[in-house]
Order: sequence, then C-alpha cells, then structure tokens
Amino acid sequence: MDNINVSIDGIQVSIPKGSTVLDAARAAGIYIPTLCHMDGHKPLGACRVCLVEIEGGRGALQASCSFPAADGMVVRTNSRRVHNARKAVVELMLSAHRQDCNACNRTLNCELQDIAKRLGIRENRFEGEMPPRIMDTSSPSIVRDSSKCILCRRCVEVCQNVQTVGTLFAVDRGFDTVIAPTAKKELTEAVCVACGQCVLACPVGALYEKSHIDRVWEAIDDPDKHVIVQTAPAVRVAIGEEFGLPAGSRVTKKMVAGLRRIGFDKVFDTDFTADLTILEEGTEFLGRLKNNGTLPMLTSCSPGWINFIEYFYPELLPNLSTCKSPQQMFGALAKTYYAEKMGVKPEDIYSVSIMPCTAKKLEAGREEMSVVNGLHDVDAVLTTREAAQMMREAGVDFVNLPDEPFDEPLGIATGAAVIFGATGGVMEAALRTVYEVVTGETLENVNFEAVRGLEGVKEAVVKIGDIEAKVAVASGLSNARKLMDLIMEGKADYHFIEIMCCPGGCLGGGGQPIPTNDEVRKARMEAIYAEDEGLPIRKSHENPAIRTLYEEFLGEPNSHKAHQLLHTHYTPKALWPTDVPLDEVKTK
Amino acid sequence: MAFYRAHILVDTGTAAVLKGANALRTALVDEIKRKGLDKEIKVVETGALGLAGAVPAIVVYPEGVTYANVTVDDVAEIVEEHLLKGRQVSRLVYKGDTPSVIKSAENCRSAEMRVVLKNIGVIDPTSIDEYIAMGGYEATAKALTTMSPQEVIAEIKASGLTGRGGAGFPTGLKWDFTAKADGDQKYIICNADEGEPGNFKDRLIMEGDPHQIIEGMIIAAYAVGAQKGYIYIRGEYQQSVANTERALDVAREMGLLGSDIMGSGLSFDIEVFKGAGAYICGEETALLASLEGQRGESRMKPPFPPTHGLFGMPTVINNVETLANVPHIIVNGADWYSNIGTQKSKGTKIFSPCGDVQYPGVYEVPFGSTLREVIFGMAGGIKSGKKFKAVLMGGPSGVLVGEEALDRSLCSEDLNPGAGALIVLDETKCVVDLIKNCAQFFAHESCGQCTPCREGTKRMVEFFNWWTAGAGSEQDLKLLDQLATTMALTSKCGLGQFAGVAFKSSIPLFEEEYLAHLVDKRCPAGICEMDKVEEEVRV
Amino acid sequence: MKSCNSDCCVPCEADIVAIVDKCGRTECNLIPILHELQRSFGYISDEAMETVAAELGITVSQVHGTATFYTLLYTRPQGKNIIKICDSPPCHLQGSKAIQAAITKALGIEPGETTLDGNFTFEVVSCMGLCGVAPAIMVNDDVYGNLTAEAIPEILDKYAACSCCCGEGC
Ligand code: SF4
Ligand code: SF4
Ligand code: SF4
Ligand code: SF4
Ligand code: FES
Repeated sequence: MDNINVSIDGIQVSIPKGSTVLDAARAAGIYIPTLCHMDGHKPLGACRVCLVEIEGGRGALQASCSFPAADGMVVRTNSRRVHNARKAVVELMLSAHRQDCNACNRTLNCELQDIAKRLGIRENRFEGEMPPRIMDTSSPSIVRDSSKCILCRRCVEVCQNVQTVGTLFAVDRGFDTVIAPTAKKELTEAVCVACGQCVLACPVGALYEKSHIDRVWEAIDDPDKHVIVQTAPAVRVAIGEEFGLPAGSRVTKKMVAGLRRIGFDKVFDTDFTADLTILEEGTEFLGRLKNNGTLPMLTSCSPGWINFIEYFYPELLPNLSTCKSPQQMFGALAKTYYAEKMGVKPEDIYSVSIMPCTAKKLEAGREEMSVVNGLHDVDAVLTTREAAQMMREAGVDFVNLPDEPFDEPLGIATGAAVIFGATGGVMEAALRTVYEVVTGETLENVNFEAVRGLEGVKEAVVKIGDIEAKVAVASGLSNARKLMDLIMEGKADYHFIEIMCCPGGCLGGGGQPIPTNDEVRKARMEAIYAEDEGLPIRKSHENPAIRTLYEEFLGEPNSHKAHQLLHTHYTPKALWPTDVPLDEVKTK
Repeated sequence: MAFYRAHILVDTGTAAVLKGANALRTALVDEIKRKGLDKEIKVVETGALGLAGAVPAIVVYPEGVTYANVTVDDVAEIVEEHLLKGRQVSRLVYKGDTPSVIKSAENCRSAEMRVVLKNIGVIDPTSIDEYIAMGGYEATAKALTTMSPQEVIAEIKASGLTGRGGAGFPTGLKWDFTAKADGDQKYIICNADEGEPGNFKDRLIMEGDPHQIIEGMIIAAYAVGAQKGYIYIRGEYQQSVANTERALDVAREMGLLGSDIMGSGLSFDIEVFKGAGAYICGEETALLASLEGQRGESRMKPPFPPTHGLFGMPTVINNVETLANVPHIIVNGADWYSNIGTQKSKGTKIFSPCGDVQYPGVYEVPFGSTLREVIFGMAGGIKSGKKFKAVLMGGPSGVLVGEEALDRSLCSEDLNPGAGALIVLDETKCVVDLIKNCAQFFAHESCGQCTPCREGTKRMVEFFNWWTAGAGSEQDLKLLDQLATTMALTSKCGLGQFAGVAFKSSIPLFEEEYLAHLVDKRCPAGICEMDKVEEEVRV
Repeated sequence: MKSCNSDCCVPCEADIVAIVDKCGRTECNLIPILHELQRSFGYISDEAMETVAAELGITVSQVHGTATFYTLLYTRPQGKNIIKICDSPPCHLQGSKAIQAAITKALGIEPGETTLDGNFTFEVVSCMGLCGVAPAIMVNDDVYGNLTAEAIPEILDKYAACSCCCGEGC
C-alpha cells in the first residue's frame, strides 16, 4: 500500500494512505485525547476533544479522529490554541456532567476524568443548568445514569451495529438529547439482551452493572450461611487487569486465594460444570443426529444470546440445546448434590458466581432457574469487575497473593472447560469429546485450530467416524444474526453451531475489566489456550469428578435426573409491543 | 398562448391570502366576466409579489400599474375605470418614493436588477406555457443540445457564479468535482431548506417561478452526469412544496424530466423531499442524513458531498437561488453574467430586508449595491419615522453592523451578504435582547451531536438570561467571548461555528449597551426586564 | 396489534403497512412515511413506529430517535388545532412576545401545552419564513401575519370547539 508522510509536532511519520491524523499521531508516539472514537469503528467526530491544528487549514481546528491525513500535511497537536480549545470543550462537557468522582463507579478508570486531569482542569468557566437525571435501575443487569453520559454514542454504535439489538439510540435533540432505550422507556420495557457490551464501550460511569456486592457481603457476614463461589473460565485471564497486571495475565490461583481472603467458604470452578455441559450437550447432539432431531443444534451457554434468540428468532428455539449454562448447572448441583454431600440444608447455601458477564445476572434471576423449593440456584452474580472491587474493599493485595488451588470436588476441571471462555471453545471442547465417544479412538491432536480466533464467524467440517460434521461458530450478535438468517432462509446445512453473545466470547464479556478491546481480547484468548495446554486433562469426559458425579448422583448424561436439574426450556419474547402478554406473541 | 390585451396579476402569496386575496381574485374574475371582458383580459395568480406590507395587491399589465391594499369593494371601480376606460385608479396606485418591486427586468429601478426574479409576479407559476413564453427552458435546450457537459461546466465556472446559501463556494468548481468523481449514481440536490431567520427569498422563487429551479437542476444533471435529483424543501413551506410538485409534474408530462430529455441521452428525474422541522438540515451533510432517513445530524467533512454525498455517491448540493441563476447564464452567456456585480462577486443577489423597515420584501440587486440602497432605497427605510440602529446581516449566523456600514457594498470583498436576510433594527430596539434571541434560536436548533455546540448554545442562552435579568457581571462579557471563540474553533459544523458570530460582532459596536446591562443593571431600550437579583437567577 | 374494520381513527397495522408501501420500503423513506402517518393519524404512535421499524428492517429506537429529532413530527397526541408562533429575530423584533402573551391569555396555556379540551396545542417555533409579515403565527396550515395582540381572540375564535351537543367538536 502507498504510504504518505506527515509531520506531527515536527516529527515525521510515514503511514499508510487512508490513515487519519489520529493514526499518524499514534504512529509518532503522540497522545491525543479521544472520547467518541473507538478503534475499528466509523468515526463520529462528536466529542471534539481530539482537536488538532492543521497548517494551512481554515480557521477552525480539526477532529483528528476523522480527519484524513494527507501527504505533506503539517499538524500541531500541542499548541496553546489546541490546548485551550480542548480544555474549553472539556469544561463544556463537564458543565453538563454530574461530577461526583468519588461516588462514581468508574473513578480512576474513567476516560473523562483522565482527560480532565491531563488538560489540567481546575475550575469550570461555563457552569450552568444540568440536564435532568435519568437513573434507570430497572434492569437486573445494567444500570443507566444519564447524568454521567457525555453523549459520545459509543454504546449506540455497539448496541445497534455490533450487537444489532438496537436498544440504545439518541432521542430528542440539542441540549435535550439523551441516549436512551427505545422510546425513552426503561431498559426492562425495551428490548435489551443485557449483554453489557454498552458498558464496555462507555468511557464514563453512565452505564454499569447492577451491583450484587452488598448482598454478597451480607451473606458472608451471616454465620448461618455456607457461602460458596464459582468462577467462570474467562475471569481467571482477566481479573489481573483490575490490579494493574497486563491483559492476559494468568492469575487463576491468585484469584482463588483472593476469593478465600474475602471470606468465601469454598471456592469452586464453573469449569467443573463446563465439563458437565459438554457431556450433556454432546449427548444431546448425538441424540439429535441419530433420531433426526432439530438441526443445526445451537449452543445455549450464553445468556445474552438466549435473550436474543427469544426476542428475535423465537421460531428457532427448538434448535437451541436444552442444556442450562454452566453457571446454572453449577447452581443446581450446589443446592442438591453438594448440599447432600456436605449435609447442609439447601436454604443455608448461598451460591455466588463470578462471571465475565452482565447477562448472567438476569439469567440467575429467571424463574425457571430454581431446582429446590423456589430458591435461586445462583443467589448472586458478580462480574469480574465486582469481584475485584470486593477484593479491594477487603484489602487484598492481589498481585502478591500466593497461589492456591480450587476446592474439591466442584473445583476439578479440564482444559476443555477452560476454553469455554473463548469463542469456539465450546465447539472445540464438544468435538474433543464427541469424537472420542463416537469413534472410540483417542484424538491425536486435541487442538481444533479452525474454530479458534477472533473472527466473527468461523466454519469447519470435522470428520467424526462416518459423520462429516459441519460446524459453525459465531461471536457477537451481529454475527449470530447472520447465521440465524441463513437458517431461516434454509441456506444453512450446519449440524452444530456455537454462539457467544459477546465479541470474542466470554473473555470479551460485558462484565470484564475495562478496557476490553481487540488487543485485550487477543491477549486474554492466548492466555485461555495456554491454560488449556497447561492442564493435565484436556477432555471433559475424562474429568474424574464428573465421572463420580454421574456415578453417585446423576446416572448418565441426559438421564431423567440430569434433565430435571441441568436442562431448561425457553420462551419466545415479544419484540414489540413489549407489553403484550407473551402467549399472544405470534411466531413468524 | 392565447392573446390577451391585458393581464392582471393577483398576489396570492401567503401574506396576501390571509388578507383576502382569494376573494379578491374571484371578484375580479366575476366582474371581468360580467363586463364581457373575459376574452380580452386574463386574471393570473402569482406567488407573493414581495409587497408584503401592502397586500392584497394586483398588477395590471401591459402598463405595469400596481394597486395596493385592494379590497373586493374596489374591484368594480378598477374594472370600470382602468380596464374599460383606461384610467388608472390613482387612489389605489402603489406610489410615493417607495420603489416599486413589481417591475420586470427592463423597467425596474436602476438599483434593482431582476434576473432570477424576472418572472415573479409576471407569470402564472402554475403555467409552464407562460414560463416558456418568457424564454423558459431555452437554456435547457441550449445546454442539452448544443453544448457538451464540459462546456456547461466551463460556462458556469467562467460566469463566476457562487453558492447563494451563504458560504459562497464557486458553483462551477463544485460541479466539476462531481463530474470528475467516480460513482454509478450521481445526485443533484436543491437545498430549499431555507431556515435562517429573516430569509424568505427561496420561498418566493419556488412559489412564483418553480420551473427556473427545475431547469437549473436539469442543466446541472447534464453537466455532472446525474440521474436523480431531490428538492429538499422545509416542511413549513407547504405552498412551495405544492407549487414545486405541480411544476415537476408538468415538466415530466412534457418530457423535460424522464428518460432521454430532449434527445440528449440525459435521463433525469426530480423528487420533492419535505423536511420535518430542523434548521440544521440546511447544512449539507445534515440534509443528506435527513434524506437518507436519519436524524439530521451533520457528518464529518472531508469527504465532501461533491465526491461522497447522498448514499456515499457524488452529489451536487446547490441552493435554490444558485440553481435559478443557471438558466440565465446558459442563455445569456458567462460574459454577460460576469459583467454584473463586482470583481469577486458576480451576478445579482436577492435580499430579504425585514424587521423595522417600511416595506419588508424580496429585492434583487447586482452584487456591489450598498446596504443603504437596499434598506433605504428599496425597503423604504425605517418604518414609523424612527432612526436606523443596526442590521443583522444574513440572519442569526451573520454579523451585526451599524450605521457605519450603510455605505459599504454588498459583496464578498466588502460586506458579506450571507444568504440575503437583512434584519433591521430601529433605535428603540435592544441589541442584547436581539442577540439573546439569536442564541435561543441556536440552542433550539443545535443537533446536539457535538459537545461545544450542544452545551455551548445552552450556556450562551444562560448568560443572556442572567444579563437581561439584571444578574450579569462585567467579567461575563469576556467569558462569553471565550465561549464564542471556542465554539467557532471546535464545533463540528457551521451551526455551532457561527452561533457566536453575531454576539462577537456586536461587542465592539454596542459595548456600552452591554455594559449598561451588566454593570448598571439597566436596559437602555427598556426592553429587558432586569428585575431579578443575582441570587435568584445564578445558582 | 389488532386490526379493526371500523372507521376508527386509531392506526391499524394494515393502514400503516399501506403507507409504508406507498412511500417505499427503504430506510431513506422514513421521513416521508412519518409525515404521512402524522397526516393520517395526527401523531406518530409508538405502535406505528414499531410497525414501521419492522417493515423497514430498522430498529424501533432508530425510528423513535429520528422522529423525536424533528420538530414537525409529533410522537404524542396533539390538540386538534396547532398554533405555532415564531420567536426568531424578525418576529421577535416586531413583538412576538406580546402575541404569545395574548394567546396564553386567550387559551390559558403556555407554549408546549395543550388545552384541557384538547382543542389547541400551542408551541413556539423557529422562523417559518414569514418574516415579511412579522409577527406571524400559523394555525394548522393557515398563516396570520402583521399581527397585533388585539387580533388574537378573533383569530382563535375561528377554531373554537363547537359547543353543540354532538361532542365531536364539529
Ligand atoms: S464518569 Fe468519570 S468524571 Fe464523571 S463522575 Fe465518574 S469518574 Fe468522575
Ligand atoms: S446490554 Fe446489550 S442489548 Fe442491552 S443496551 Fe447494552 S448493548 Fe444493548
Ligand atoms: S452512555 Fe456512555 S457510551 Fe453511551 S453515549 Fe453516554 S457516555 Fe457514551
Ligand atoms: S455544531 Fe451543532 S449542529 Fe453542528 S454538529 Fe455540532 S451540535 Fe450539531
Ligand atoms: S474522538 Fe475525535 S471527535 Fe471524539
């Protein structure tokens, strides 16, 4: 590709044609503040903090995030004029922003706060009336606080284009503009799948998860409660970031230690039930294959995806695997198998999960997720960020924690379970098991590279005995939508499809540390596969604890008891109008 | 066209209709019929004649006599005296030292020069025949059958025609960009979203002579190779929408739109797109967003519309007046055109003086005419015998000038006319109140997309609210100046960039008036309330 | 949404689909569709926006966000007659505030409000291009210019709700 030469603050850089001035500055190692800009997305040019001076340009400054760099261009990013203009813009932004940093969940990890500090803002010349505050706490997963919103619209881009759910959009205009769910409804009244991708996109504290921290502290403080915790696969490769470690740091055993310091009675692993999921789901898949069941079968472990399909493709619900997600399988076993084993009453068990996900909060609250006496199988769901916050509150020095192992038996897991955290992982884990179960042979190479990586849609054909299994993997709901449309049009001849709601899979979940961008996702993904490689057992059906579980309790995969505890059903949801009773919803 | 010995034009512009012009027209037709004159005399409806202060008005041709403030009761007398006996009804004749605006190009006052407005009030806007009889569609024929697209562009370039929407970009150059840009589909868009307060010239053109615009668009399409055109008319202009749509239908019927126009191989059609109430859609990229079915929020520039416009395709966006100039240039030649006006501003410009003038209306003058000529010569000066104070040039996004500017000439070299509005203030008006009102306008119309404009327009209004309530301080003036500078430097589009211009221009001229408000807590004109104390207003 | 076959004035899904078909089934026809819906039903209801979104294959939030951007589009029911007063500089200088006060006095509502009987909605708008006859108002599609405060009661009388027995405001 042709390169062009640009001078930025006197530094010459050579960059590919088509780059923006911001790209050029970054190539020159010059920092330019940005707020509405998101790498890999179309620039909007709305926040105006990235202004620079272009020599020979007409009076006004230009937004570097969107201004095309041209050969021979001379740019200044650090003149007084630029600095004063940026400062004034941020003052204006802050004039409509509720600045209570100390009480704000994004403090010390806030892009606005950071920029205000860098610009040396001490006072505000332009204070005035604030827009009315909208606090929307209706959703079980997401909280929206309009008083923090700087209208950068990054959440809109993600919700509309990356997830194609289309909940959030700009409403009204001018000073009255708000970013709001459809028709300014509350989140629960609008169609929202609770994925939390908007939370990751938000540069400030305008969107965040509904916190379960208080209820967990309460349970821990309650001497009558046996408080157990499960940790999802993707958490262990991300939580270190909350404590300043580089993205992709593998801190599984520090995490376990940290959770013990907080005061959990037992620290278990969701990976245990991830392995279980493979056995249940693999068996279900083979059953469908044999008995001409509904194919392609769709995975069901991503609750945001479940919400999505219930809303947008209710006619494909029969394709969904009936397996609960690993979180919910764990919850169900915690209050049955584990309770029995420990001799604790189910109602005295308080089951907490640490998830990379905001939709898991919604999932845990679903009516059908209760196997004992109307108790929630999972009582509280903490995001990776919340878990880290609890450790901070407890004074845990995370980086210097010793390594500690999970508790048994619900802490025993295989490499196949760890890779659930990455897009393609469930598929790969399933293939490892299905292959060996069907063929009776041992897999030479357990790595199915074709389904790995950050691409949105991946396909593979795998020979399993005399079956040519055609599989597909999608992450991010816009990609899921592509596959679902193909199925609806009858153009998809896949047998098995893995869908993860969040781009990159759970490692990029809405509950993960911020920032979560492609670079970070890649690092976390590498860490996940490294964890897998590092484990002695890498196939779910070889997990000894799972074998014991079947022997002692469940019988066999897809047994009656397994169905009762580990499988679920789905309900079509009305897309619009959302207030129509669900049974009146017509399927297309 | 049948031959009539006389034509009577009835002003059925909005202002006239609301004063009974329709009844007047019916009465005229009836009376003429009763007197058996209906074979000799034709009654024609025109759009507004630009005589808003004196409607209902009629003009009798061939004499070109204008009667103002005519009522149904006057009809019998006019028919009897003027049409039968040939004697003018002097008590109704529009006269005095006020300039008559109802004159065609040949016999208008020296200062007024009607090129674009030459048919206004002369022809029936619903009749393509009359338009053709006045030389209409000659330009289309000439361009499409005797010129190459490159020659058309060269002619427009040579004429020196510039955009009349306010920015003044050379039209020929714009066309050239689009002609040279790659694109399967190209578009011509007529920007008729005339929303700048004080401007109502485009409305007059659309209501009084819509074919001119269509012609301009066909020629543009031919020049750049466009297949599709849109006229984006603001939703408030219902009559403009109706007249333009009717003109399009007729043009289509006559084969002037559609495939292979005049055997030239050009296939081109035009659609009217009705705006939905957003001043920002006059900004070209916001207009594109609106045409694409989105919120009218402006987009990043570059890339610019001539290469990346509607649906990402090369698109020419021209103002109504700009396009209306095109046929005249093609027919009369670039030389003729470039001889009108000044060194840098070629041709004529339409102005719409309003506010405290005696005859608010629409007047066309060559570039280079003085402000005084338009305000005092044509609009009749300040009404009710008051004194002139200032004029807001082009509307709220323009600059405020005072007495000292009256003899400056209106052209890009001297006093930039903007889109043509001249909002005139007499001595009794308060400048602070005016600029506050401008600020409110921008706050209401900001799209809300970018920070400096969304918050800045709001803060600006707040400053003015404090000041006019008696809660200002001298230091505020500096702060608001800084705010206005910030907005000009940092806003994403013209709206925010120009929102503080009027304020900035008003300080040197009327600093005392500001200080009276800020320091003495007193409105010299007695308009602002000044009745609150600081604590109540500023929290 | 249920469809009905009576002559009710509530938009039925079929009516909305017909409007979409008439204007064209692409996103770029959204604004013409919204205009048309409003012309037929007086305002653009949430239900209508939902149908339009489904028909055009765009999100409801997008339709709603677009509709709320434009001042001529109403997403809530309005009074039977809509009074618009311009308060941009040309009208402002000619005393639009006094006209505004006269309207408020006559109807007992402030700008942005609707009379209790639903007969009038009153709003302040930006320039309507009637600067030549400032101060000006529009009542529905009718223009009134060169106004004085005294002229207001008479003008509004023309649009007064009837007080006959039919209750229809004939
Ligand atoms: S969003 Fe950022 S700047 Fe705003 S209160 Fe929170 S931490 Fe402070
Ligand atoms: S949680 Fe997901 S679906 Fe809901 S608003 Fe955020 S991005 Fe959209
Ligand atoms: S909620 Fe956050 S991401 Fe969305 S517009 Fe506001 S500040 Fe930006
Ligand atoms: S300057 Fe104003 S109108 Fe233009 S993009 Fe910014 S907010 Fe919108
Ligand atoms: S980052 Fe460039 S305008 Fe927001």
